[in-house]
Amino acid sequence: MLSEQDKAIIRALQEGLPLVSRPYRALAEKLGMDEEELLARVKDFIHRGVIRRFGAAVRHQDLGYVANAMVVWEVPEERVEEVGRLMASFREVSHCYQRPAHPPRWPYNLFTVVHGQTAEDCRNIALKLSRISGIDNYRLLFSVAELKKSSMKYFTEGK
Amino acid sequence: MTMDNLDKQLLNLIQTNLPVTPEPYRELAETLGTSEEDVLARLERLIARGVIRRLGAIFDSRKVGYSGTLCAMKVPPPQIERVAAVVNSFPGVTHNYLREHEYNMWFTLLVDSPARVEAILEEIKRKTGISDILNLPSTRLFKIRVNFDLGEA
Repeated sequence: MLSEQDKAIIRALQEGLPLVSRPYRALAEKLGMDEEELLARVKDFIHRGVIRRFGAAVRHQDLGYVANAMVVWEVPEERVEEVGRLMASFREVSHCYQRPAHPPRWPYNLFTVVHGQTAEDCRNIALKLSRISGIDNYRLLFSVAELKKSSMKYFTEGK
Repeated sequence: MTMDNLDKQLLNLIQTNLPVTPEPYRELAETLGTSEEDVLARLERLIARGVIRRLGAIFDSRKVGYSGTLCAMKVPPPQIERVAAVVNSFPGVTHNYLREHEYNMWFTLLVDSPARVEAILEEIKRKTGISDILNLPSTRLFKIRVNFDLGEA
């Protein structure tokens, strides 16, 4: 369980690391802690996996990865583990998750996000993954509009 | 924006490893063979131009105690704007995309309990009059990668 102080640290950290010479000291002052104490808490969060990654979130569209597609696959239950690992091993695949199918409305149970320079690239990557895995019931779902995109803010409601 | 080689090296470096030490920017500068002032100026520019969306911690929502899910909804095209306004009004909805499929509205929901997920989905159904929503929480994670190699470095 997270303590109230942990939650305060998370609230402060998610605003971004200040661009000053001693950023942790600046945050620690706001939190009423020592710089050393805060550094130890952050390291502990990383160690426990509460912080998944400590670094920069980059807008990759600006870096030449212009096209991406969500590709959904209908994988027999007994092959999900193997196929999930296989697809995850490709560098063009950034995300790979198992999710529940809702047949017949929705038969797909493996979700990947593939990246390429163009939509055609994405189709070719999906075709390659299909051939290699032998999973031939799949759909590419290109996004046609972004209706909302925001960074999650934890522990802000009711504050 | 145009980025020089040092910008790219800096981005490659900080996507995964921001030092958790008293003077992280000075350490990055030493690794890159430049000054702390230069690193800070470059970061300010990359943030101002939107290349860096956020600098700092990316939390594991589950370990923070939140429940997340991906939802897909069948929305008749003339109603997209109205339905998006309802869906987006919930702060836990962090992403919402229109996709080419019968299930055309795809949004992620991140809230502090599984019961909240159900309550919000019920409220969305009631407010929009659309009952066909797929709730697709992940049951297994094989990969999540959000860093990109910029080459050159």
